[in-house]
Amino acid sequence: MTAVAAGQAVAPRRPWRQRSQGTRTAYLFLLPALLLMAIITFYPLVFQIWMAFTDFQLKNLRPTAPGPNFVGLQNFTRILDNNIVIPNFDFLRILTFNLFWALSNVIIHVVIGVAIALVLNVDGLKFKRVWRAVYILPIAIPPIIVATVWRNMFDPQYGAVNQLINGTIGVLFKLPPFQLDWLNQPNPILAVGPLVLPLAYFALLAANIWLGWPLNSVVATGALQSIPKDLYEAAEMDGAGYWDRLKTVTLPFLRPAMLPFAIYGFVLTFNLFTLSYFMSGGGPFGQTELLVTTGYRLVAEQHLYGVAAAFAIFQFFILLVITLVTNRLARATASYDS
Amino acid sequence: MTTPVAVAPRIEVKPLAQARTGGGRRLKLRSQIGLQLVCLAIGSTVLFPIVWIVGMSIDPRNISRPDSLIPPGANLDAYLRVLQRPTLNPVSFFQLALNSLSVAVLISALSVGLGVLAAYAFSRMKFRGREFMMLLILAVLMLPAVATVGPLYISMNRIAVGDFRLGGSLLGVALAVTSTQLPFAIWNMKGYLDTIPKELEEAAVVDGAGKFQTFLRIVLPLSTPVLAVTALFGFIAGWTEFLLAQVFIVGDPSQWTLAVALNALVGQYAGSTPWSTFAAFAVLFALPVMIVYLLLQRWIVSGLTVGGVKG
Repeated sequence: MTAVAAGQAVAPRRPWRQRSQGTRTAYLFLLPALLLMAIITFYPLVFQIWMAFTDFQLKNLRPTAPGPNFVGLQNFTRILDNNIVIPNFDFLRILTFNLFWALSNVIIHVVIGVAIALVLNVDGLKFKRVWRAVYILPIAIPPIIVATVWRNMFDPQYGAVNQLINGTIGVLFKLPPFQLDWLNQPNPILAVGPLVLPLAYFALLAANIWLGWPLNSVVATGALQSIPKDLYEAAEMDGAGYWDRLKTVTLPFLRPAMLPFAIYGFVLTFNLFTLSYFMSGGGPFGQTELLVTTGYRLVAEQHLYGVAAAFAIFQFFILLVITLVTNRLARATASYDS
Repeated sequence: MTTPVAVAPRIEVKPLAQARTGGGRRLKLRSQIGLQLVCLAIGSTVLFPIVWIVGMSIDPRNISRPDSLIPPGANLDAYLRVLQRPTLNPVSFFQLALNSLSVAVLISALSVGLGVLAAYAFSRMKFRGREFMMLLILAVLMLPAVATVGPLYISMNRIAVGDFRLGGSLLGVALAVTSTQLPFAIWNMKGYLDTIPKELEEAAVVDGAGKFQTFLRIVLPLSTPVLAVTALFGFIAGWTEFLLAQVFIVGDPSQWTLAVALNALVGQYAGSTPWSTFAAFAVLFALPVMIVYLLLQRWIVSGLTVGGVKG
């Protein structure tokens, strides 16, 4: 890196004509990628803003069809007033659930990921490589398969979870067959204001913990291996036990690596489409619906393109606020440390 | 003030204890066994869903209750059913896999090809609007692909030649996914190209090679790891793509991909899903990705540069 930077600094400034020719070459290299992104990504983004103020529907889809009507802010107010054809739509509840979903997942992922990384980092532990290879497996499975397999695992009759309970506790205490419908249990476990947590949330949580901790563990392992060994020796000389060393050496060193990853994980989990869509289908009564799945249903199922566009604009600003807040948090805690 | 006194004797004891237990190099047998049991417990939770689904796929009783991991009379009937006709539509698994494969290969090739050109410009050239464009691409990275699926579908439907609508074709899916893959591909490849010493190219320029020739002859061969990783990620994204494929091509079963078919298997009519069929389908769908991922695991780490791992 330093060598490259130095090379750049030393290079003499070229005359103007040559530089503008350089710009032309650069744009030639950029053109194919930018052209594709302009058509597929940037144009729809702009188009979306216009669409959000219209009643664009299925009937306006054909190129020859008449254009949609301009409806002003109606799409936005309909979303905020929960006045949308999607059953059980409640914007505040979905947003609250989505935030809670992301936060609870990330905390658990980081804690489990770090804990398991610590176990695997113990000096002298045998078969480390084998365990690391096994633990990475969830990452290697396509998310859509993970979600559908876990849906199957929570099936009331044939699912692995109920069978496991039947086979252990059921056999032990001679209970009648246990057929809990995890994903469709209608009564929420917890309901505080806009926060509603049905049993399906915990099923989704279990699946996402299975899916999420391995990558955290990989990141934590990398950070653990970069901690200088003499710090531990010095701490040991001072008579620090395992837990003291963990608190004074390990965790402070893990923090700079784990915090950005946790923020990344938060955004990733916040927008995690597959589990909600394929495992619980957003149920029961839309209680495990996320913003991304709701937006998708507006397009793929309801064909309310205008409302969906307004919804996407809300999504965009929510993500923007999340990014700003998490960045601020990361910086605040970082300066506290130093 | 009492702590130093309490600590003092332990300092003298420590080296001796270390010498005997190997200074942390070797664990006591009891801790070794204990930790191995912990690892085994974690490993079994990781493996359980995988073993479960494989067990279900070879269960001859289809939806009956599997009571052991290798069911009695295990056979490969479910796999035969899946290979012949996985969904209610008269489309074979081979056709579905071929559709997924063509989308995946196209995405993989396009994201590497277009991405590396842009990455090279960002890494090596100075031009007006460079910072702005890099930030623009980074901003797209933050946006979930779902957020623009509506306007994307509409505008791609307007690109039509005769009976062919881009918005109703696998080509449209591939182009759309490529665009969502490009921001990551460009940033990741730029990070890698930044680490290749400039002097090599300067030598080539002295020998009279043009910009594009230097790129082709010097830079590309040196960036094989990152090209491979970008290609792999593009391939996996295409192989498993669901969101856009479902919106674009769900109306035409002959164009269905594996993911769209899987959704048809478990989606709306989940109550009647033959679980063995589903399980066999899932195994066949996931296996190629898992094998490739595990084989290339080391490469993946060396080719990932986002976040400045390489310095």
